[in-house]
Amino acid sequence: MAIAGNARSRAILRSMRLTAERKEKGTSVIAAFFFYLLSAVAVASGVMVIASRNPVHSVLFLILAFFNAAGLFILLGAEFLAMILIVVYVGAVAVLFLFVVMMLDVDFAQLRQGMATYLPIGGTIGLILLVELALVVGTWNISPGAMKTVSEPISGMAVTNTEALGRILYTKYAYYFQTAGLVLLVAMIGAIVLTLRHKPNVKRQSIVAQVTRDPADAIEIRKVKTGQGI
Amino acid sequence: MTIGLAHYLTVAAILFTIGVFGIFLNRKNVIIILMSIELMLLAVNLNFVAFSAFLGDLIGQVFALFVLTVAAGEAAIGLAILVTYFRNRGSIAVEDIHLMKG
Repeated sequence: MAIAGNARSRAILRSMRLTAERKEKGTSVIAAFFFYLLSAVAVASGVMVIASRNPVHSVLFLILAFFNAAGLFILLGAEFLAMILIVVYVGAVAVLFLFVVMMLDVDFAQLRQGMATYLPIGGTIGLILLVELALVVGTWNISPGAMKTVSEPISGMAVTNTEALGRILYTKYAYYFQTAGLVLLVAMIGAIVLTLRHKPNVKRQSIVAQVTRDPADAIEIRKVKTGQGI
Repeated sequence: MTIGLAHYLTVAAILFTIGVFGIFLNRKNVIIILMSIELMLLAVNLNFVAFSAFLGDLIGQVFALFVLTVAAGEAAIGLAILVTYFRNRGSIAVEDIHLMKG
């Protein structure tokens, strides 16, 4: 009975794989097209981030780069990270950048003056780095033993990416998760401490003074003689 | 026509190089430098997720999540320092920051 069940499940698995492969052939062209489209736009907007004259445009190109990277994440099957990337970066970090760029009254034209002098050394270092990375990517292989070290295998289509991540993030990696929360807390406190300032000439509500007030020193009774003012 | 791991690694390498190049190119503008750092972290995340997908290991995505957290905190702290610095000096030129040393 068990053997028959095994054979049947194996047959089901094989048929599933066959349909998946057939589907794969049709979608691989589309996937390749989207890969090239998304990565080309991501790289182009990355170039525009560092090259555009107006920093507001730089921030907007950064947002575009993040959107395209989120698309690449979806192509890789990491939907949760793609959504987090959009929520965190486009929703929070990029808006923070926009606020700062628009809030600070900076003469950006003046800041760009020395750009030509930095171009040769920056270009040299960038080129060297790119050649190094190309050599690494070009000559590199996955070691055959790497598959044995996989500790959290991605399980087919049984659960969604979000659920699979949640299952290990809240159990096995709970301490790391808490540590990440702590990092965010420290960042929040640090940002508040750095930017908070009290202007000297502004009247503020002092809650301690209000709460500790008592009738004894709130009211002062004076004897006023008849016919005289205070 | 299949897209392999090397494709993703190449895109990530190009994005990382753009980030490094941006730091050198905009030596005076701290905001663009911070954005370049974000770009480099994005490239690292892309590497993590690509390896995670092609090796079939979910840990890469967990780690990419932590990198994202640290990147968000770094952007917040960096911009806060920038705002404080601008209040004190009235400019954001990086060259003047060495005046802070004692």
